[in-house]
Amino acid sequence: MDQSGFADLKPRLVLTGITKRYPSVVANDDVSLSIRPGEIHAVLGENGAGKSTLMKMIYGVTKPDAGTIMWNGQYETIAAPAQARRMGIGMVFQHFSLFETLTVWENIALALDEPVPTAKLASQITEVSEKYGLPIDPYRLVHSMSVGERQRVEIVRCLLQEPKLLIMDEPTSVLTPQAVLILFKTLRRLAAEGCSILYISHKLDEIRALCDTATVLRGGRVSGTAIPRNETNESLARMMIGGELAECRLAPREAKEERLKVERLSLTSPDPFGTSLKDVSLTVRSGEILGIAGVSGNGQKELMTALSGERLSPASMIKLLGQPAGNLNPAQRRAVGLTFVPEERLGRGAVPPMSLAQNALLTGARKGMVQRGIIHPSVMKTFSKNVIERFKVKCGGDQSVASSLSGGNLQKFIVGRETMLQPRMMIVAQPTWGVDVGAAQLIRQALIDLRDQGVAILVISEELDELFAISDRLAVIADGRLSPSVKPAETSIEQIGTWMSGKFGDRADDRAASANAHLETANAQA
Amino acid sequence: MLKLERRATPSSIMSVASPLLAAVGMLITGFVLFKVLGKDPVEAFYLFFVKPVSTTYGIGELLLKTTPLLLCGLGLALGFRANVWNIGAEGQLTMGAIAGGGVALWFGDSESAFALPLMLLAGVLGGMAWAAIPAFLRTRFNTNEILVTLMLVYISQLVLSWLVHGPWRDPQGLNYPQSQGFGDAETMSILISGTRVTWGIVYALGLALVAWIFSQKTFAGFRMQVAGLAPAAAAYAGFSEKRNIWIALMICGATAGLAGVCEVAGPIGRLQQQISPGYGFAAIIVAWIGRLHPIGVVFGALLMSLLYLGGEAAQMGMGLPSAITGLFQGLLLFYLLAADLFITFRLKRVAPVEVNTLKPPVRAETAA
Ligand SMILES: Nc1ncnc2c1ncn2[C@@H]1O[C@H](COP(=O)(O)OP(=O)(O)OP(=O)(O)O)[C@@H](O)[C@H]1O
Ligand SMILES: [Mg+2]
Repeated sequence: MDQSGFADLKPRLVLTGITKRYPSVVANDDVSLSIRPGEIHAVLGENGAGKSTLMKMIYGVTKPDAGTIMWNGQYETIAAPAQARRMGIGMVFQHFSLFETLTVWENIALALDEPVPTAKLASQITEVSEKYGLPIDPYRLVHSMSVGERQRVEIVRCLLQEPKLLIMDEPTSVLTPQAVLILFKTLRRLAAEGCSILYISHKLDEIRALCDTATVLRGGRVSGTAIPRNETNESLARMMIGGELAECRLAPREAKEERLKVERLSLTSPDPFGTSLKDVSLTVRSGEILGIAGVSGNGQKELMTALSGERLSPASMIKLLGQPAGNLNPAQRRAVGLTFVPEERLGRGAVPPMSLAQNALLTGARKGMVQRGIIHPSVMKTFSKNVIERFKVKCGGDQSVASSLSGGNLQKFIVGRETMLQPRMMIVAQPTWGVDVGAAQLIRQALIDLRDQGVAILVISEELDELFAISDRLAVIADGRLSPSVKPAETSIEQIGTWMSGKFGDRADDRAASANAHLETANAQA
Repeated sequence: MLKLERRATPSSIMSVASPLLAAVGMLITGFVLFKVLGKDPVEAFYLFFVKPVSTTYGIGELLLKTTPLLLCGLGLALGFRANVWNIGAEGQLTMGAIAGGGVALWFGDSESAFALPLMLLAGVLGGMAWAAIPAFLRTRFNTNEILVTLMLVYISQLVLSWLVHGPWRDPQGLNYPQSQGFGDAETMSILISGTRVTWGIVYALGLALVAWIFSQKTFAGFRMQVAGLAPAAAAYAGFSEKRNIWIALMICGATAGLAGVCEVAGPIGRLQQQISPGYGFAAIIVAWIGRLHPIGVVFGALLMSLLYLGGEAAQMGMGLPSAITGLFQGLLLFYLLAADLFITFRLKRVAPVEVNTLKPPVRAETAA
């Protein structure tokens, strides 16, 4: 019996026996799948299971080695994305492809197959984005936008073309809970209008809440299909990994000396759309994890660049292992013992066309990979092999280029690289961004292990569950201000939620007031 | 209707084939051109591409002209890989010649064994000093290095012109704007007897090897490559942008300066108003044809050198204007840039009729 409620509709898309081989791996092996009008169909599986590859074949980015694609009852060879778009297929990629130096409308105009006059396009963008609850300003420059906002641009770009099938590759890995709810509304509305949706995500709760049907991939093969609402997270995870999930545990620990101290850091953003940091103070001690929650675009990016040294500040405002570090550049901070996982992995955390071994060299030069200016390939190799092994990075080996890795696997590699550099202070943005449930557990455990070894860790994440699971203390960043920190046990998701809207004023205002008083006495004395 | 479409991954075949396609495109256009000019294309091609290298002397000339092209091309390629757009190798070459030539004039008729080594050193330093100007302006004031390096070319040429018209003019030179000829101690020795080719080509080939090792094996080379491929990753890893700019410009200043002094201490043998027929500019094309790879640059320099020789031969043998050399260089670059497009894009035939047959009426479908 068909429980999904689409029994009476003819399939819009039927894939049969799709196979795709890469030199080092069979990414898809005899995959079949069918989706009907108005159906929201989940594709799930571990990192590297072949989800993105399958979607890219539907969208004409790559070609299958074997198998057939049937669209509305006709066999089709989809040779190019432009053809897919003309057929009515839209796709939001896992890694965005926006030009940073252009505005939103320019980016969208570039992707359109037919030229549209500027003013008309801008008003269309505003209209569509408002209709589906994804507000964006068409004249804004992309480089100033957070990852979450960039994704909106990508979605709106697809919606402008009124797709019949919308493919979303991990759309929510960068969204806040509120934004996810909005996106779900958008998607349900689209589905009600008859649009089919292929939805990839590692978040099982979301899949159970949103999707009508699901296909599970494991190692490139279909390991099962399911009606997600009839399943539990555990049963879905079992289908994905073929085993049980490990739990990660945070044993209470005494934090030791201060490793990172930020004192009243205020930085005006050079970018009119950026968020300025206002009077941010925080400390992270040896052996503790400080989690910073917040809606994307509230100053996380600015805080990260200030902490990494990509943007300098007065020396005394940032202390690293007790020494003033505000004026140190990223290399000097790394020399002190800081490592860093940025939110953009492709292009910042890793050089896309370089091999994993070379990407290990990117930040690992100090680990003996370079001696007297000469590169030692064997050290690079051993190091990257260790990362690949310990973090179960699925790839063709240390010579695979970074851009050939699946999103989650690249993330595992970057987190792995930065943890294995034996930091004394580590800063991580979105540690499990796009990582499958099993691997997410692995990464969280690795961070906890580091903490137990006495490393100080700062985690910036939008996933509250994650922050509650791994943080010793939690703070919230909202509009460039940082809330006081609390122990997770002494707060609730609700309170953090209120803080996220900027309402933690009391104590922060107190601090401001006392600071003013301080200044006045100082002035009076002078 | 044809349409350009981005490839999923850059084509590695095309990146090797593109210089070859460019050469073929250049030849075909040249063929048509000769035909239109009323010259026999086969004879013209023979004169242009075969005859110049059919003798030992000719091969010597080929290597002689390869030297400055290769030296400048190597330095430029390293910079281009790191997104440092130095297009003023010609100026650095001129400064190298002035500095090296100045040392030669200072030694005068002395037979000192130090003369030549000091000239070469001065040439290298002269080129570096000239390249230091755009490096300083870029790292200090964020001045665009394309403009600065280009403008410095003209300044260096005027400096040279002033010197050979004024202070350094040969008193016995019948008022020609040129310096005294350099003595034996100030001239590089000939590599192959019966030709004019000097040891310069050996230095240049040696430096190609060094450049290859630098870009493959050293961390500085790696940093520059990252800066070119992913500037954000370079910033994240803490690679100093300023240091990269300095290294790139200093290396190119050094090689171009060496090229300049090799010219005046070699075939020219004195300072004169014009010491280079645009080697520094042609080297930009050389760098691109060589795929910015040191070994590729060697082949690019040989090809470009052949174009210079062929151009001269065509002028003499068929009475074609001297612009013929520039024309072939331009054609080569033009076709190379065109062919390079297909590394990241491909041409697609689009049949607009197809579209309608694909799209079924929406309503009928949802209602079904
Ligand atoms: N261009 C390529 N060259 C070589 N191997 C590739 C290429 N693209 C993908 N692969 C490999 O194919 C496999 C499947 O990758 P894919 O991106 O489809 O995984 P995924 O299921 O989307 O994973 P994730 O959840 O991490 O995004 C991986 O092992 C990946 O390394
Ligand atoms: Mg993927």
